[in-house]
Amino acid sequence: MKKVYERNNIAFDMPSPYCPGCGHGVIHRLVIDAIKEAGQEDNTIFMAPVGCSILAYTYLDLDICQPAHGRTPAAATGIKRALPDSLVVLYQGDGDLAAIGTAEIIHAANRGENITAIFVNNAIYGMTGGQMAPTTLKGQKATTCPFGRSPEDGQGYPIRVCELLQSLGGVTYAARTSVHTAPNVLKTKKAIQTGIENQMEKKGFSIIEILSACPVNWGLSPQKSNEFIANEMIGYFPLGDFKKDGKIIQRSDH
Amino acid sequence: MGEKQLMKGNEAIAEAAIRAGMTCYFGYPITPQNEIPAYMAKHLTIRGGTFIQAESEIAAINMVYGAACTGARAMTSSSSPGISLKQEGISYLVGARLPAVIVNIARGGPGLGNIAPSQADYFQAVKGGGHGDYHMVVYTPETVQEAADLTMKAFDVADEYRNPVLILGDAILGQMMEPLVFKEPSGKKFDKSSWTLGNRKGRKSHLINSLSLTEGVVEQWNWELKKKFDLMAERELMVEEYMVEDADVIFVAYGTTARICRSVVHQTRKQGMKTGLIRPITVWPFPTETIAGHAEKTKHFFVVEMSLGQMIEDVRLAILGNAKIHFHGRPGGGIPAEADILKQLKAILQS
Repeated sequence: MKKVYERNNIAFDMPSPYCPGCGHGVIHRLVIDAIKEAGQEDNTIFMAPVGCSILAYTYLDLDICQPAHGRTPAAATGIKRALPDSLVVLYQGDGDLAAIGTAEIIHAANRGENITAIFVNNAIYGMTGGQMAPTTLKGQKATTCPFGRSPEDGQGYPIRVCELLQSLGGVTYAARTSVHTAPNVLKTKKAIQTGIENQMEKKGFSIIEILSACPVNWGLSPQKSNEFIANEMIGYFPLGDFKKDGKIIQRSDH
Repeated sequence: MGEKQLMKGNEAIAEAAIRAGMTCYFGYPITPQNEIPAYMAKHLTIRGGTFIQAESEIAAINMVYGAACTGARAMTSSSSPGISLKQEGISYLVGARLPAVIVNIARGGPGLGNIAPSQADYFQAVKGGGHGDYHMVVYTPETVQEAADLTMKAFDVADEYRNPVLILGDAILGQMMEPLVFKEPSGKKFDKSSWTLGNRKGRKSHLINSLSLTEGVVEQWNWELKKKFDLMAERELMVEEYMVEDADVIFVAYGTTARICRSVVHQTRKQGMKTGLIRPITVWPFPTETIAGHAEKTKHFFVVEMSLGQMIEDVRLAILGNAKIHFHGRPGGGIPAEADILKQLKAILQS
């Protein structure tokens, strides 16, 4: 029988450290598959964030750097400048990248650091127990916006990161994908591959924003969580390419 | 030996760092240390290194964190308010056991303060500054020559202990020009292959990290760090004792104020007053034993600082009530005048 799928040995032989229905497990797999297919597992430095996916370092057999909360793009800059031929992959959540680390991501992107950022947007702080994130949707409830996020009451608007970064000269690639259905998982894989290829071809900064479920902190079942992505998140965070090969993609949705 | 050159303290520190093999410098503009990033932008890049003007001091220290992960000799510099911003990063460097050199060309505070010289960052430098139990070796050069020498040494010490090292100067040291001769760097080699990231080539994966949620692990790391801090304290102390043997009054001062006190010692010795100076060259580790040793026979210790009195606490702990302690301090960018110190000294001797 032909084997069409097997374990990726970049992941240690252990259960996923994530909650049932969480998108991180799927996204980790896509990232390590793309690294392995590119033959880069011995050349990769994986940047773990602060947030749930800090647990990546318990799970992945890669050289891993775990910097301070939000400072991942700055630390990645230091690594990449010191070792320009290594493959540097950043893995950041919405609190890490779009709140505490906003300055670092904008300036790493603007300098055109030749790195690949995987930005997991689940619209909530997971590890600390479900606080409002910079990407929490209007009306969405969290422990620190128990009545639903209200921009009118000073809680701000959900930040669209790809739209924010696409104007920066150093960004070669910005795309938003999702992992709530199988076809979207495949599109996410393709986008991650593009981000890694860009780095290997020294094209500059790539970011792949991935909409991902957090059933536990959303208070929904895994199935309902995927429906939430389809019915609520994608309307505000439209999927697709925002920038490719350094060119802004003209879109009708913004 | 190289030839004699005339340089600002800031430039000498920058040049010494490059000569010591520092290849990655990250900084953010702040007076009075701007000559360091400017020197790096011009000289480090053409000598094959990396210079980045970061978006903030926070980004700069985290770029240092990243570069240090690869085994590169990395450095950042700033002045007091910027060093406050770097404290998070310094704590992480210690926690992740990464070597780096940080330069503070201190200025008046608190707050935005001014751009005049100050020693008011002493507590921050030697008592922690960032969160968690940690120490780092803190050098306090007195001259441009010593600033260059200690900068070179700082990289070796950082690599030896896998710990950040701080050079604590002030606006006078950074801005004044003095002749100096660059010494040869030690040439010591440090094998970092057991922990650095990158160029894996089939070896086991490496992790640079300061977090563990498993019970007892962080406590164990702390005990291991303590062993390292104890070794640093035992082996890295530097102190100068100047004309102390027969002294009735011993000044205790470091950096710029040590220069002022040395001048007072010269003047007063000519007038027959028996004065001396203990100059900590490292303020961590602190020369507790040196000071304690003199407290047996010298009755007066005179601490002079450009602050409201911070090092005086460590002097007090060394003396443990065995002698009288006097203090002269100027905060917020004020510089102690010899005449004022002299006046106070005479009052002490007549008491």
